Amino acid sequence: MGVEHDHELGVIHAEEMVLNVGPQHPSTHGVLRLKVQTDGEIITKIDPYIGYLHRCFEKHCENVTYEQCIPYIDRCDYIASMNNDFGYAVTVEQLMGIEIPEKVEYIRVIVAELNRIASHLLAIGTIGLDVGAFTPFLYCFRDRERILDLFEMLCGARLLYNYIWVGGVSHDFPVGWVEKTYEFIDYFEPKIHEYNELLTYNKIFIERTADVGILPVDVAISYGVTGPNLRGSGLRWDLRRDDLYSIYDQFEFDIPVGTGAMGSVGDCWDRYYVRVREMEESAKIVRQALDQMPREGDVHATIPRKIRPPKGQIYKRTESPRGDLGFYIISDGSPIPFRIKLRSPAFTAVSCINEIARGWMLSDVMVILGSLDIVLGEIDR
Amino acid sequence: MEFNKIIESINTDFKEGLLPIGEEAPTDHIQVSPEDWGELAGFLRENDSLKFDSLMCLTGIDEGTEEENLGVIYSLHSMIHRHKLEVRITVPKSRPVVPSVEQIWRIADWFEREIYDMFGITFEGHRDLRRILLPEDWEGYPLRKDYIFPESWHGIEVPKMKEGWE
Repeated sequence: MGVEHDHELGVIHAEEMVLNVGPQHPSTHGVLRLKVQTDGEIITKIDPYIGYLHRCFEKHCENVTYEQCIPYIDRCDYIASMNNDFGYAVTVEQLMGIEIPEKVEYIRVIVAELNRIASHLLAIGTIGLDVGAFTPFLYCFRDRERILDLFEMLCGARLLYNYIWVGGVSHDFPVGWVEKTYEFIDYFEPKIHEYNELLTYNKIFIERTADVGILPVDVAISYGVTGPNLRGSGLRWDLRRDDLYSIYDQFEFDIPVGTGAMGSVGDCWDRYYVRVREMEESAKIVRQALDQMPREGDVHATIPRKIRPPKGQIYKRTESPRGDLGFYIISDGSPIPFRIKLRSPAFTAVSCINEIARGWMLSDVMVILGSLDIVLGEIDR
Repeated sequence: MEFNKIIESINTDFKEGLLPIGEEAPTDHIQVSPEDWGELAGFLRENDSLKFDSLMCLTGIDEGTEEENLGVIYSLHSMIHRHKLEVRITVPKSRPVVPSVEQIWRIADWFEREIYDMFGITFEGHRDLRRILLPEDWEGYPLRKDYIFPESWHGIEVPKMKEGWE
C-alpha cells in the first residue's frame, strides 16, 4: 500500500516536515525518540535516537564479580529477565566447562519458556493498544499476572528474578509449584483461542497491520534482525533448534513462521501472529518439561564456590523472546570479567525501522514499532 | 565449512599467504590488519562457498593499559552454510582507525557507532558516524580501561561509585 500512495501522490510534493515522536510517548514502549521526516503524511525518513536509558552496564560489569553481574543483566531486558540470565549462565558455564544437573536444565527451560509466554503476552497486548484495542491488553495482562505469580512463588520476585545462577538456580521449586504450573498451562492453552477471536482475526486489527511495514528476509538478515521478527519474514530460524543450547533437543515443538496469511510475508500481522503461535509452542515445551523433569536432585550441587573462568573468550547466543541474545565474554582468569558485551536483539530490530517504515503513513509507525516488540532497557543497556 | 577450510579458501581465493597456517596459528579466529579488512569483508560476504551474510556481533575491546591497543572483534555467521568465523583487528590507541563495513552488513551501521561511542575507534567510510548511546557532547570513551569518570555533567553531580557501598 505504501507503494500505491507513492504513485498516487507522486506529483505532489508538500514541504518536508520534521516531527519529533517521544522520548515521552506511550507508543514508543519506553524512552525512544524518533525524528520523523514527513512529506505530507508520508514518511520519508526515520532517525531513531536512543540512549535515554543508558547506564553503561558493560562498564559496571567490569567492576563486579561474575555472580554480581546477574542483577545487572536482569535489568537489561526487564520483560524477560529469566531468558537474559539463562543466556548469561549458559555462556559462563561453557567458558568454565561446567556440566549442570539434568533437573536444573529442566527448571531453566520451564522458567525461560514461561517467561517467553509472559513477554509475548505483553507484546501482543501492547500492539493491540497501539492500534486502539484496549480490551485485549487487559486480557493479556490478566494471564501474564498468573505467570508472575508463579515466579513470585518460585523466587520471591515478580520482575527481576536473579533466579538463574551460573551452575544452577537460586531455589528449588517449592511444594505445589509443579501442580500450579500444570494448572496454569491447562488454563492458558484454551485462552490463546480467546486472543485470536478478540484481536488476531479482528477486522480493524487486520486492516491496520496486514500489508503494513513489510520486512523482506534479506533486509532482515543484513540488519541482524532475529527472533520472531525474522521468523515473521518467513525464515525458519530458531536458535533453540539451529544452534542448540541447553536441552531443547529433548522437546518437540514447531517453529512458526510468517506465511502472509492476511497480506504479504513479513508484514506486521505476520510478526504479531508468529508471537501468538510461539506462545502455544512454549506452552507445549513447558508441559513436556514438567512431565519429564526429575523431581529429586540438588539445584545447588554444581554452583562453583568462586567463579573464576580460565583465560579466554567466548561468544554464545541464545534465543530470547526478542531474538538472538548474545554474550561476548572475555576472561583474564580473575573473578572479575575483563569485558562483557551484550548483543541485544531489540537494538538490531529498532535499527531497521527506517528501512521498513519509509513510505508509510505516520499512523503506521506506531504499529510497526509495536510489531517489532522492542524493550528500551536492552537497547540502551 | 570447517575452520581450516575457511582459512584455506581465504588464502587461495582472496590473497595468497594472508593468514598464517601451522601450529602457531590461532585455531578459533583470524587476525587481520585494518588495511586488508575492507576488501576481505566484501569477499567474505560475497564469496559463494563462504557467504557470511550475517554479522552476529561486533565487540570492541581495550586490551589494557600495558599494550595501548584497542581491538574490534567481528563475529560472523552464514545463514546458508551455517558456519561461523571470528575476525579480530587490533589497532593502536594513538591511531584507532578501522575501515567501515557498514555498507556490507547494514547492522554494522549501529554497531560501529556504538563502538565509536564507547571506545573512540573511528570507522573510515562510515556515512553517519556519531555518538549513539551517550549525549553528543560527552567527553571521553567510557569503556576504555583508562577512562576517568567525570565529576559532573551539565551541573549534575555524578555520585562516586563505591562510597555508598563500603
